[in-house]
Amino acid sequence: MWIYEKKLQYPVRVSTCNPRLAKYLIEQYGGADGELSAALRYLNQRYTIPDKVIGLLTDIGTEEFAHLEMIATMVYKLTKDATPEQIKAAGIEDHYVNHDKGLFYHNAAGVPWTAAFIQTKGDPIADLYEDIAAEEKARATYQWIINLSDDPDLNDGLRFLREREIVHSQRFREAVEILKDEQGKKKIF
Amino acid sequence: MKQVPAEYYQIMEQIQAVDFVLVELTLYLDTHNDDFEAINQFNHYAKERKRLKKLFESQFGPMQQYGNSYSGSPWNWDDTPWPWQV
Repeated sequence: MWIYEKKLQYPVRVSTCNPRLAKYLIEQYGGADGELSAALRYLNQRYTIPDKVIGLLTDIGTEEFAHLEMIATMVYKLTKDATPEQIKAAGIEDHYVNHDKGLFYHNAAGVPWTAAFIQTKGDPIADLYEDIAAEEKARATYQWIINLSDDPDLNDGLRFLREREIVHSQRFREAVEILKDEQGKKKIF
Repeated sequence: MKQVPAEYYQIMEQIQAVDFVLVELTLYLDTHNDDFEAINQFNHYAKERKRLKKLFESQFGPMQQYGNSYSGSPWNWDDTPWPWQV
């Protein structure tokens, strides 16, 4: 089972109310390469991955939920004091008419999250290559958001998340090597 | 944002720092399970983590529930602040 802990993985601070940055950030909440996709992808693939990699998928999948909570906290803090005028100026009035300031799993363009964003192939190499690609895409997305953001406090949290994508990608690459070694062993008669 | 004493942030940050070490070592050990030195480091920080959790909870209430933390009376698990409120 999972146990919730009343703690963010890394402190989240924002300098000012800025609903436009929240509009960008929601990409990492309910977008194809976002944290929800990541958590659900790994925690679903783990049931059929070889035993040597189950622990890694479980632990990275769990960490993704901590990242999802950090993104939610960023979006919440960036929008909670926004006036309807600021909402309109930021271009998130489409979200507001449906959800007020409630969070929702959609991407920066308003497309709702769908399971079609993720895949489980049952083939360990195919699954792990998808995972490596997902981490690299998420890293790139964080970089594009940092490029658009002028909030130094927010960027501190975003840089942490960007670095985690790199670490996860590297761990998945190691997992591929471990499986390749295993496969190689079986071929010795 | 909720008003919490400076110590809340100080102890929380210490926990976050130790937890970062533990998360990193966990993922590393998942793919390097025979690294004795890393396992020693892991157990050292696991102990430090327990100490900090106890310190935090004695002042600010349970961090986990379902019995992973003791409860105050009245029940204080669902007291604010939640992490996004500070």
